[in-house]
Amino acid sequence: MDLSIAGILGLDGVTNGAIYALVAIALVLVFAVTRVIFVPQGEFVAYGALTMALLQAGRVPGTAWMLLLMALAVAALDAAAGWRRRQPARALAAQALRTLALPVAATALAVWLAPRSPSMAVQALLTLALVTPMGPLAYRLAYRSLADASVLVLLIVSVGVHFALTGFGLVFFGAEGFRNPSFWDARFAWGPVALSGQALIIFAVSVALIVSMFLFFERTLAGKALRATAINRTGARLMGISTDAAGRWSFTMAAFIGALSGLLIGPTTTVFFDSGFLIGLKGFMAAVFAGLTSFPLALVGAVGVGLIESFGSFWASAFKEVIVFTAILPVLLWRSFVDRTAEEH
Amino acid sequence: MALEQRLATAVAPRRGASWGARRAGFAAVVLVVAVLPLLPVPAQWITTLNYVGLFALVTLGLVLLTGVGGMTSFGQAAFAGIGAYATAYLGTRLGLSPWLGLAAGLAVTAVLALALGWLTLRMSGHYLPLATIAWSLALYYTMGNLDALGKYDGLLGVPPIELFGFSFQEERRMYWLIWGAALLAAVALVRLLDSRPGRVMRALNPHRGGVTMPEAMGASTFRLRVLMFVIAALLAALSGWLFAHLQRSVNPSPFGIKFGIEYLFMAVLGGVGSVWGAFAGAALVKLTEDQLQALLPALFGTSGSYEVIVFGIVLVLVLKFAPDGLWPLVERWLPKAPRPDAFADAPPLQARDKPRPGDVLLEARALRKAFGGLVAVNDVDLAVRAGRIVGLIGPNGAGKSTTFNLLTGVLPLTGGQVWLRGERIDGLPSRAIARRGVSRTFQHVKLVPDMTVLENVALGTYLRTHAGALAAMARTDRAEERRALHEAARQLQRIGLEAEQHQLAGNLSLGAQRLVEIARALASDPALLLLDEPAAGLRHQEKQALAAVLRQLKGEGLSLLLVEHDMDFVMGLTDRIVVMEFGTLLMEGEPAEVRASPEVRAAYLGTEH
Repeated sequence: MDLSIAGILGLDGVTNGAIYALVAIALVLVFAVTRVIFVPQGEFVAYGALTMALLQAGRVPGTAWMLLLMALAVAALDAAAGWRRRQPARALAAQALRTLALPVAATALAVWLAPRSPSMAVQALLTLALVTPMGPLAYRLAYRSLADASVLVLLIVSVGVHFALTGFGLVFFGAEGFRNPSFWDARFAWGPVALSGQALIIFAVSVALIVSMFLFFERTLAGKALRATAINRTGARLMGISTDAAGRWSFTMAAFIGALSGLLIGPTTTVFFDSGFLIGLKGFMAAVFAGLTSFPLALVGAVGVGLIESFGSFWASAFKEVIVFTAILPVLLWRSFVDRTAEEH
Repeated sequence: MALEQRLATAVAPRRGASWGARRAGFAAVVLVVAVLPLLPVPAQWITTLNYVGLFALVTLGLVLLTGVGGMTSFGQAAFAGIGAYATAYLGTRLGLSPWLGLAAGLAVTAVLALALGWLTLRMSGHYLPLATIAWSLALYYTMGNLDALGKYDGLLGVPPIELFGFSFQEERRMYWLIWGAALLAAVALVRLLDSRPGRVMRALNPHRGGVTMPEAMGASTFRLRVLMFVIAALLAALSGWLFAHLQRSVNPSPFGIKFGIEYLFMAVLGGVGSVWGAFAGAALVKLTEDQLQALLPALFGTSGSYEVIVFGIVLVLVLKFAPDGLWPLVERWLPKAPRPDAFADAPPLQARDKPRPGDVLLEARALRKAFGGLVAVNDVDLAVRAGRIVGLIGPNGAGKSTTFNLLTGVLPLTGGQVWLRGERIDGLPSRAIARRGVSRTFQHVKLVPDMTVLENVALGTYLRTHAGALAAMARTDRAEERRALHEAARQLQRIGLEAEQHQLAGNLSLGAQRLVEIARALASDPALLLLDEPAAGLRHQEKQALAAVLRQLKGEGLSLLLVEHDMDFVMGLTDRIVVMEFGTLLMEGEPAEVRASPEVRAAYLGTEH
């Protein structure tokens, strides 16, 4: 290996690492607020990339129908719960309207716009509008009524949600893989190392999101309130913090970050309905490196995973995944010396 | 309500038909299972039942891990893969016997499970499942890319198992091996849970007590949790070995993460809290999976594993609406009666030699604990002489409980020394201090609610008994177990609760529960008994009964140190009193001196100006 190959591999690793960093910060964010280890984060990434791909092809993406389905399910659940509590019909209707308005609008927009091949920016925005509302809906459907359960039960729920979302991905997108065109085709070359415009966009978005998350949780009152809900739900409620709203908000952010990562990764690799799981797990490696708590460490871990992956695929391409996932063992060893405290819970 | 909490209430024994009826029922089930392949049943039945048995074997491990221990793993399919590939490789490439393959698979699995458990089980609960996801992916891609293991095509032509010339080539014969292994494993687990290590395992679930209590009883909870993980992994490896010889070939796909998750699904669906739930879960998942795999692709018009949608949704629904799974619905109709305990004539456990009355037993010198800038205990000196009752009192926040936790090794000291019978014990873990004859109770009662009072008290005998997991499974521990139960019953008699010994501990009143905690501490044959607010939350009569018990214990030569709020209770009971205020020692003396002291009165009631 010479320096130029190392440069190419390094750049490749950092680019992938930036995507894993986005996944990792979503995972840290959801865990910090709700104690949910959000295994299905990768599915939102795949949904983002595939929704964009179908819009490119001028087809109505399956996520539009899925969003509608989820919103209807939530509306039905809320209506049933409200009816049991004997709420007036007017309140029930208002609640259903609140649940359905955005998803119905997004779906209608997608159906109307898709065959008219709008510009890439509009397609990207439409993708975000279709995938982001799935976050709070998933929270309502799977997690909300179990929000006080142990981390372990919430993790098992996450695995169930992952199964369901992967299966629906197969139903709505089929088994075919897609690769999207770049948002920015510029190339900047230094000798053999070429930096693509797409990679620059990826870096900029990752760094901006991580810095804003870090500042939000460390420097603002709202961010601290959200962290408090994870540490002590009852206490946070007594202080007037709505744990339910906190959960909804964190899942909205997670789905948004997921869809955004999907848009970013779509042009760099072929995405299938089940690609999200591996991407999500690599984000997990980074999140575990950060002890599921620290945003800056998650970034460091994610770049590390990206670099291990790119150099691993150069030296032993068949064992790329083996190398990446075995790297968790030294990370765990290190963490086991860092976190000696949390034994009782 | 949390899964674990519901679990705790779900396994309450119901009186009714006798223990014997249950045993006879089990024997009948075993008989039916055994003769089934001899009957003219369709081959398809045998095939399905074989898979149910294989899946149940893996799921049994998850019942132990998740339902009992409050841990979980998504990597059980990967352990099954090790069992399968070990025997397939040795059999096809090296021509070795399947029995050597079994030994090799179990050995490799044990080493890997030990390493993973050692790395993750010191940390909070979610690191183990995350590690098992990562490691099962790593193993999957290793199996799929190694030339020696046939890459994604796997290894073909695995030889059949033979035993003394009897070949298990046919499916109907493999059936006996599979179901023999599954039922033996189930019986072994039932026995394990009803034994010395099993009692601690059942106490480990963080929602039923956590690790502080078992550690105070002298058990290394870390080692026991690693042991549970290793047992679960070995059961999976055994299933993989049987699978390889049933299929006569192996490839990576049944050992991927999807199956790892499905095994957990089986455990949750069947009932993660009961050994027999593993069978119910395995059967239900296998049968519905067969139906769904035929039905759903036809519905959607293309092939693909659409059944995961149903599994995912059902998993969430089960956790929400039936968190203890489906087996308890069956269990309700089965006879359940307390096991007849024939331990009355068992010889007593060995007792330690007691200190002479009046000798200094426990001595703390300049005991100090700082939490950051806050000094909670500030250079406190304290001594307990043998055969005395010492009270540690003080207003709220005086540092009494912290002192208590320093003496028992629950918290590390910032400074100072603790001596017990001439040996320095500060810095030792609480189980090592327990081993030296210090036993304790807890301010917030830490009993295991779904174990009987007798079993809870028997936890206290942990350090005086020695049987391990293997002895428990083989039931060679019964003589010692009878002695332990006899000791537990004797201690219950000592505190006057022998009539309640077969009740579930969770059903007792708070006062009775505090007495049970004392009995549990006594069962460890302590030289010194530390009681953390024993009278808190008790009614007047309960307090009087407690005081009578403590006086009687003192009369029997035991030394006690008690932290207490209730003045009347302390004054009437103790020989000496240590008063703390704001982390420092205010005074030490006879109850009458303390009662007369203006400083103490000021500390409790404030001063007049």
